Amino acid sequence: MRKVFLPGSLEELWRCFEERPQSTVYAGGTDLLVGTYNGVLNPETLICLDRIEELKGVGDLGDSVRIGSCTTHTELLEEPLVQHHLPVLWWAITQIGSPLVRNMGTIGGNICTASPAGDTLPPLYIMKAEVELISKGGVRLMPIGDFITGPRATRLHGAEILTAVWVKKPVEYNLSHFEKVGLRNALACSVVSMAALLRLASDGLVEKAALAWGSVGPTIVTCCEAEEALIGGKLTAARLGEAAAIVRKAVNPISDIRADADYRRTVAGNLLLRLTVAH
Amino acid sequence: MKISFYLNGKQTDVDVPPDRKFVNVLREDLGITGAKEGCGAGECGSCTILVDGRACLSCLMAAVQLQGRQVTTIEGLAAGGTLHPVQEAFIEYGAVQCGFCTPGVILAAVHLLNQNPDPTREQIRVGLSGNLCRCSGYVKIVDAVEAAARKMREGKPR
Repeated sequence: MRKVFLPGSLEELWRCFEERPQSTVYAGGTDLLVGTYNGVLNPETLICLDRIEELKGVGDLGDSVRIGSCTTHTELLEEPLVQHHLPVLWWAITQIGSPLVRNMGTIGGNICTASPAGDTLPPLYIMKAEVELISKGGVRLMPIGDFITGPRATRLHGAEILTAVWVKKPVEYNLSHFEKVGLRNALACSVVSMAALLRLASDGLVEKAALAWGSVGPTIVTCCEAEEALIGGKLTAARLGEAAAIVRKAVNPISDIRADADYRRTVAGNLLLRLTVAH
Repeated sequence: MKISFYLNGKQTDVDVPPDRKFVNVLREDLGITGAKEGCGAGECGSCTILVDGRACLSCLMAAVQLQGRQVTTIEGLAAGGTLHPVQEAFIEYGAVQCGFCTPGVILAAVHLLNQNPDPTREQIRVGLSGNLCRCSGYVKIVDAVEAAARKMREGKPR
């Protein structure tokens, strides 16, 4: 029989890890339990973080927002701090799974699952989010781009959990955009997604840009060359087309059941063209 | 493992493995068969139940997670034999075809209307976007939820 721990506090969590150091941790279960129940995964012991209140909630720390790892997607959508200060993340969360999945799934789960298609990840990358990791030995902070090392691979140690993600408010930008292309509007894994933050001057010239793509490489893809190609010009179709060509060279997609690599490559650039209508 | 929770308002104790899929606890151990396992992957919504009032997927919950929680299934929605306005509207509008998805759709709709008593048709579609109906009956489902919302706003408090 597989043991499932349900610790009520971090202190209890450390005791679970002492008893079963190889335990697999989950929060909402919308990913891990699918694999566990269909037999693809066979975790010896599970620890469900759902009852640890310390891991939930959103805090305003002035220039940044701290999001507890076990805050559900639905709770984040209802959170004015996220809606007002992190609109690109808020919009991405509206695109995750379905209301039922959002009621259960958490932002920490989306990060630790480290899927290239994780919808919260492109926004977190362009806001240069940092993950807060805790073990009995202490706390460490790490940029999200360093934390995620490949598809479903992170630098999380055994008996260590993600407690929170720190997101700097993107006050230097005045345009947020997120778009996901899936095979249908809901309950769809992204085929390609893109998050963008831009600062436009009053004359429409781009002064600053941060861009990231999902589902077009082993991890989220960022592209400085495409960002630089936008700076100093207006968001015209010609200008965006040049940047799109750069992006199509930078991405490294695979072919799978949802789409082939060429399609993903084309759409990764096309999503940039949408910025002509996003503002 | 002994697990206690409230099922449709009644305290319920079961002795099951802690990782037992909760939909199986409901259906196989307790004989409460309204929630169905359609896909087992969170992609169809036919196993939807309310946990502390929130619409959740019972095929993606380990039994132990329900410890102490309030669980509502379609069987518990009709209070004292009176159908919930959403149930009434589903009958009135013919929003049921084969019925497999119906318990999940109704519970997702109840959750939606508790959060948003006056949704637009688009908001209803988004609210029910996690529940698939393979008879292709969404128009009548949306009509029914719209009507139920109207009825509930007109003062059928629940």
